[in-house]
Amino acid sequence: MNTRVRVGAQAVAVAAVIGLLALLVWKVAFGGDNAVTGSLAGGDRPQAPVFELARLPDGGDLSLDEFRGKAVVLNFWASWCGPCKEETPLLERTWKRYRGEDVVFVGVNVKDFRGDAVAFLREYGVTYPNVYDGKGWTVGRYGVTGFPETYFLDAQGRVVFRVAGPVEAEDLDAGIARARAST
Amino acid sequence: MRLRAALALVTALAALVGAAAAGASEQRPTPAELESELVCPVCESTLDTSNAPIAQRMKAVIRQRIAEGRTKSEIKAEFVEQFGTSVLATPPKRGFDLLAWVFPLVGAALAVAVVGTLAWGWSRRRTDGGPDAGAAPRLDPDLERRLDAELARFE
Repeated sequence: MNTRVRVGAQAVAVAAVIGLLALLVWKVAFGGDNAVTGSLAGGDRPQAPVFELARLPDGGDLSLDEFRGKAVVLNFWASWCGPCKEETPLLERTWKRYRGEDVVFVGVNVKDFRGDAVAFLREYGVTYPNVYDGKGWTVGRYGVTGFPETYFLDAQGRVVFRVAGPVEAEDLDAGIARARAST
Repeated sequence: MRLRAALALVTALAALVGAAAAGASEQRPTPAELESELVCPVCESTLDTSNAPIAQRMKAVIRQRIAEGRTKSEIKAEFVEQFGTSVLATPPKRGFDLLAWVFPLVGAALAVAVVGTLAWGWSRRRTDGGPDAGAAPRLDPDLERRLDAELARFE
């Protein structure tokens, strides 16, 4: 067989393998899936991925950076999620209790119809800021495993605590206390 | 000649029927069609195979939009706007998503090229009389004469 052809075919095969390996390394290093949740489980305080998303019901964008210097309760929810309906009144009550202090609540509506999300916020009288992430960009970045899920961020924007599933009043107070105490 | 004309007619008719069906599907889509072409964003299977709450909500929206007289493209565009292109069961044939269509074709073309090149190389080696050449070895002329004489005795 022609040596040039054989060498060429080998070069193509090697290039394909290298390309696939590079893709795998890139996905593992920068893909970001479960980055926060995995790091938190390992005892670290990972930096919360910053996002800039459209406010609900309407208005401009909201950036997580705006709340640097405050403890943040970041709640991921969807209107079609039953447990989200159960925990929302508690979130609203707790937000009102901490309002005016160095604590902010932010809701992230994920994988939902925007209209449904707006109707949900109206129905439950939610007054804390909410953003819309229909495409679910934040889900992979934070490693959200289901809905609802709540992350507690300290003043430096690091995740210090996470609750998968609906939060209880004790979870909220404990998470906020840990976020405030984190230096 | 007649056979060719008949074949051409059948092909043209099939193309016409196909185009008419595609047009009807675009203008008056059925829920089943759209449910097989859209993906549940939570369970990542098509809507027709999912009973997740968001899938049920999406199915309800599909029926509502069909009742409003929306075309298939309009309904799909609305879902893409809300959930991104990952809501489509097959990626769109444009932009970055075009790669999903191009890569398999390029891979198949490369495979054909590699196999063709190998086959061509092997066949050339055989005709060149290389180590694999299939021609029978020539006999010694004296032995060949004796063999012919022996065979002549049987004729």
